[in-house]
Amino acid sequence: MKLLVTFSRGKGRKPIIAQVVRDTGVLINVERANIDSSEGEALIDVPDEQCQLVRDSMSGLGAKVRILEHGIIYNESECVDCGACISICPREVFCFDADWKLQYADEKCILCGKCIDACPHRALNLPL
Amino acid sequence: MHKTIGQINERIREGSARVVTAEEMPGIVAELGEEGALKEVDVVTTGTFGAMCSSGAFLNFGHAEPPIRMERIWLNNVEAYGGLAAVDTYIGATQQSDTLQAEYGGAHVIEDLVAGKSVELRASSHGTDCYPRRTITTELLLENLNQAIMCNPRNAYQRYNAATNTTDRALHTYMGTLLPGSGNVTYSGAGVLNPLSNDPKLRLIGSGVPIFLCGAPGMVIGEGTQHSPAGGFGTLMVTGDMKQMSQEYLRAATMTGYGVTLYVGLGVPLPVLDLDVVRATAVRDEDISVDILDYGVPSRSRPTVRTATYAELRSGSVEINGEEIRTSPLSSFRRARKVALELKQWVESGKMPLALPARAIDPIKQNKPMHQSKKGPRVLDIMDRSVITIGETEEIRTAAKKLLKGETNHLPVVNEKGILVGIVTTFDVSKAVANPGKAHLVRDIMKTKVITAAPDESVDIAIQKLEQNNISALPVIDSDHRVIALLTAIHLGKLLGGRWLK
Repeated sequence: MKLLVTFSRGKGRKPIIAQVVRDTGVLINVERANIDSSEGEALIDVPDEQCQLVRDSMSGLGAKVRILEHGIIYNESECVDCGACISICPREVFCFDADWKLQYADEKCILCGKCIDACPHRALNLPL
Repeated sequence: MHKTIGQINERIREGSARVVTAEEMPGIVAELGEEGALKEVDVVTTGTFGAMCSSGAFLNFGHAEPPIRMERIWLNNVEAYGGLAAVDTYIGATQQSDTLQAEYGGAHVIEDLVAGKSVELRASSHGTDCYPRRTITTELLLENLNQAIMCNPRNAYQRYNAATNTTDRALHTYMGTLLPGSGNVTYSGAGVLNPLSNDPKLRLIGSGVPIFLCGAPGMVIGEGTQHSPAGGFGTLMVTGDMKQMSQEYLRAATMTGYGVTLYVGLGVPLPVLDLDVVRATAVRDEDISVDILDYGVPSRSRPTVRTATYAELRSGSVEINGEEIRTSPLSSFRRARKVALELKQWVESGKMPLALPARAIDPIKQNKPMHQSKKGPRVLDIMDRSVITIGETEEIRTAAKKLLKGETNHLPVVNEKGILVGIVTTFDVSKAVANPGKAHLVRDIMKTKVITAAPDESVDIAIQKLEQNNISALPVIDSDHRVIALLTAIHLGKLLGGRWLK
């Protein structure tokens, strides 16, 4: 399950992710992270059955945690099946089926947003 | 054996013609042999669906009351050509909106009209005795126009170079997003289904030949602009009635960082007259190769990284320097197939009788680059040859003195052989002085990644380097990496009001 963790680094600059890994013993996979001097956002992947444990532990340390149920929003009516998105996606979310129709593997998406600009038809958008 | 166009049209009328797509043809030839295929197949339909920037449409609005001779014209804030007398215009696909820039353009106006949406016409005039009106604003639907005739100067490229990027910066081009370090390859074209690739000698495709254009019956006007079949880059100029077009085969698009373009669906039915046609239409993706060019080189002649066939490109990855690099098409093979299939139905049902060219297109022409009577400014025209450099083992204090004395903000750093090894700026030196630490020598504080210019480089390229790297000076180096001059933003000022901008 993918979780979007946002935290402020104001107080004490706590190593939240490392702390949670140590406290819970859950091996957290950081899919992408954007952290600067004042705040941070990390997209992490954890096993479904340990999701609640990780959420509680992170919240306890002052981070905001949101479950990401969906990847990028794919608007099929705008898509012309060109495939411009395929090679620029770092997670191989897109591919063609045998009939050259674009296939979209929602569960692989880490919402990096690279495909949004690469789509000539503006068929890919970030979820709200 | 050969068949005449009359015999083929007769079979179409009788409903007994065998029509296949160009994708099916190689298999049929392999199974039946060339003679057998000639006997069996009467028509091969082709199709392509991809970005065709050189597209647009002539529109006629009819006269207003009182009438206006429109001189400047906008459609949904996209400027259209105003030099076609009172009430006509040409809207070009790549023209961008005055307000929305690259997110809306001529291609979007065309798509909106075809989709049945209303478009705002705004025009102005200086007013004449015969056309007294000076401005007009009105909402128009496609059905309100007398004519809406798509006329595309350059469509249906026979094949197109693929693209990659060996620089360390992502590029945004008309070939899409190109990741740094040859991170991906993009390509365009329908390969096996491409019209001109199935008639490379241009025996069947020429002026007056009926085609499928964006869902409407259209026609080849003649050779397209930039037509260069000698190198395998033939193009077509085509026309069709926008009022019969469908959004399914016509889509506006924006290539981020490049601009607006129009995705066009185009297909040509090819009559199978003789064995030469059978052989030409038996072409496969494996037989059509293109160069993968390095778009990191901002020049007309980009270096070829390697060549690849459409079969390789379509496999999903190609090997470059021992690495598997993923490929992305920019054109849609699925829609190209739909074009060829719909065209097949048109021919089978008798909706589109076939014709041979009323006038042939040159099959061996070679395109020429632009004749430039004046060379644009080069770096050597404006660079400062009295450049001051500093040795890497000199003290920071010496650098400070040199900066002051030389009244410059940049000091290229050279080694004992005079070869460029770094650069220090006023900022670097001030920082080192303000925070005294372990650094004493220039080499301790210099930046070793130096962006440079060559003396014969175009100034436009140098400006691009300054902008992209957010810097204000470029050391100019010779082929041995020796510093010969400095080019700064101040020198670019020489261009203003100077001899180059006349």
